[in-house]
Amino acid sequence: MESINVNESIVKNADFTEEIGIESGQPVQKCYQCGKCTAGCPLTFAMDYKPNQVIRMVQLGMKDELLKCQTIWICSNCSTCTTRCPCNVEVAEVMGALRIMAGKSGTTPPGKAKYVEVMYDALLGTVERFGRTYEVGLVMQNNLKSGKLFNNADMGMPMFQRGKLKLLPTKVQGAAEVARIFAEVRKMEGGVK
Amino acid sequence: MAKRIGLFICWCGSNIGGVVDVPRVVEETKNYPGVAFATDYKYMCSEPGQNLIISKVKEHNLDRVVVASCTPMLHEPTFRKAIARAGLNPYMFDMANIREQCSWVHSNDKEAATQKAIALVKRALAKVSQVEPLFESSIPITKKALVVGAGIAGIQVALDIADSGHEVILLERESTIGGNMVKLDKTFPTMDCSACISTPKMVQAAQHPNITIMTYAELVDVQGYIGNFEITIKQKARYVDHTICTGCGLCTEKCPTKVLSSFELGMGKRKAIYIEFPQAVPNKPVIDPDNCRYLKNGKCGICKKLCPVGAVDFEQKDELIEEKVGAIVIATGYDLIKWEEIYGEYGYGRFKDVITGLQFERLVNASGPTNGLIQRPSDGKEPKTVVFIKCVGSRDEAKAKEYCSRACCMYTAKHAHQVIEKIEGGHAYIFYMDVRTPGKAYDEFYRRTVDEGAQYIRGRVSKIYQSGDKLVVMGADTLLGSAVHIEADLVVLATAMVPTEGSEKIAQLAGVNIDKDGFFIEAHPKLRPVETMTGGVFLAGACQGPKDIPDTVSQASGAAAKVAALLSNEEMATDPMICHIDEKMCSGCLVCKEVCPYKAISEKTITERIAGQPVERMVASVNTGLCQGCGNCTVACRAGAANLKGYTNLQLLSEVDALCR
Repeated sequence: MESINVNESIVKNADFTEEIGIESGQPVQKCYQCGKCTAGCPLTFAMDYKPNQVIRMVQLGMKDELLKCQTIWICSNCSTCTTRCPCNVEVAEVMGALRIMAGKSGTTPPGKAKYVEVMYDALLGTVERFGRTYEVGLVMQNNLKSGKLFNNADMGMPMFQRGKLKLLPTKVQGAAEVARIFAEVRKMEGGVK
Repeated sequence: MAKRIGLFICWCGSNIGGVVDVPRVVEETKNYPGVAFATDYKYMCSEPGQNLIISKVKEHNLDRVVVASCTPMLHEPTFRKAIARAGLNPYMFDMANIREQCSWVHSNDKEAATQKAIALVKRALAKVSQVEPLFESSIPITKKALVVGAGIAGIQVALDIADSGHEVILLERESTIGGNMVKLDKTFPTMDCSACISTPKMVQAAQHPNITIMTYAELVDVQGYIGNFEITIKQKARYVDHTICTGCGLCTEKCPTKVLSSFELGMGKRKAIYIEFPQAVPNKPVIDPDNCRYLKNGKCGICKKLCPVGAVDFEQKDELIEEKVGAIVIATGYDLIKWEEIYGEYGYGRFKDVITGLQFERLVNASGPTNGLIQRPSDGKEPKTVVFIKCVGSRDEAKAKEYCSRACCMYTAKHAHQVIEKIEGGHAYIFYMDVRTPGKAYDEFYRRTVDEGAQYIRGRVSKIYQSGDKLVVMGADTLLGSAVHIEADLVVLATAMVPTEGSEKIAQLAGVNIDKDGFFIEAHPKLRPVETMTGGVFLAGACQGPKDIPDTVSQASGAAAKVAALLSNEEMATDPMICHIDEKMCSGCLVCKEVCPYKAISEKTITERIAGQPVERMVASVNTGLCQGCGNCTVACRAGAANLKGYTNLQLLSEVDALCR
């Protein structure tokens, strides 16, 4: 990283820092950088910024770097960080708020992170159509869009044999209402996906 | 006789004069009813300013004075003394605060500030028109002090008070004095042996003619007030008659029951009849009734059979002892936070080789359970890799305490030094967030530890788990920007200091407030750090907030100086601004007694003549020694019989009247 003009960053992106605080409901300014979130995170090996660095970057208003980083997508929301934070900052919530902002801004997740987005879209797509997940459709869409055709293919047969995979989708009773929820949310969010 | 008020308005240089139009305030208020003389001056508190007041009081035959200047917190005593020098009663006075409550906060609106200053001055004039002379009274003082808790703080307080010639009762609930300090090995930053510097003080206290040590005893009641406390102490049954016991130790040697020693923090064992440690004061045993076979089921009694002087007495009972003292010093110290109940990520105490700093002190102490060899509790092996975790329970508002415990950075540096020094091929790793070493020769000590090879890692630890005979410590190195882990043989937690168990009860008994964490609250954090808001009750040591030994000893000597000053008087003046009950109006409902935080109100029976017949009835009565003038009772009194002198209902209403006009 090259030298960052800190006051410029903070002043220019004060709205960003505030918005993340409000959207996540978290007192991000309280973080004193003990790193306990990073110490317990099971996914730091795949992250470009560590969780404590993400919180620091929010404090410093580093919006551009955050919205196009992989970490916010790699985070699986396990919330180990949240339960251990001594400052009552729910780090997982902050990651979520950043992910939503990145999604709205239309930023394409970089590197491995794009597979996470493909997965999210595939999963939510089946829920929108059928009111619940449709695993076979999910797998097919995910593997086609990610270009990893045989990803986890070895899992298919054992899951099918144990009755965990249904070949055809099943609809829940309230599928229409679920679809309407999606439509409403989309309307509230101003038409983004 | 008509009132003759003198009004003196201060510019305070440009502090007031730069915002408030002072000459106009004089102009607008000098015709207020009763004002006989009004003027302004640059600095009223200065020598010429005070002389101006004195000369005008005499010249114009003034009988009361208003000064409009700064906050009464600052200069009310100054001006009271000045008018006393002019021959007036010092309470024939009131102050208008036109600086802190006017010019300083309204500097952007000069006109409004001037209007407000006029209103504030009129308020003071209304008040002063109603004041009456008040007189200080005096109460006698019992020249004896009680010190609750005999750790290093209590011992130091007792020695200093005793050296100034007053008697002291040094009270301790354990069977020996010494507290936590005697458990320590070395003390930072000079590395002198803790026992070597504290046990001589214990002996000094025991031998001092002015000190009475009461161990294995607790404070159970406090009545009375500054200079005149009546206290009750419960002497717990020791089951050993200390007047004849010679301390030979035969009983402790032969006792067949072994239990975990609380002095060794569970790292070692003691007998059911025991002396806490070899240098204990008094060096005589007590019997632990929960574990003694004879006291539990009437069998054994071997100590009684063996005692050469017949000192063992199973029939001994708890005893209540009453004493009178003039001052109380609370020095109840600290405990370590019960981390086992809070930190699941560190194993909830399941891992034997995760210990506290105080337990490490016992491990490394030559008179400890391992004779000073650092051996880990699980298998007695010498640990090669020792991990220290700081701020466990401190600076953790989510799970424990928000505050910094102050001593941990230094003792952890000391422990790391000891690991490197005592263990061949030993490594010390310290997880920290900040290293705080503000003390004389403290940072030098920490830097030396780093130079010796202690590895400081900036980050908290998220989890500890057992893997074979190792403990895997998962942390972060935030400077590196990475998660890190260490395979450790022993983990030492620098746990938060919390007020000792039972300090809440002492606070209730002595009528002292505690803060949200349970520490005793001082009267003023900067200017009155060893006093409490209750007259005659003082604080020393970690019961007031986490402290290291140098700070504790300094504070203890400070508290002792306050006590010595109090006890050096035969009697003491009392603040006349206290509650007064108008017995004619009092209905005897005693609501005031309920709301009084100082237990100053009691009931008394008076005899009145009604229709020529004597009738007895009950009214409230104020103890002038106990009343602190808080005014709770005046608010609660439905009949308006309770009045705070200097702030009577009439005076307050006339002030409100003046402000609303």
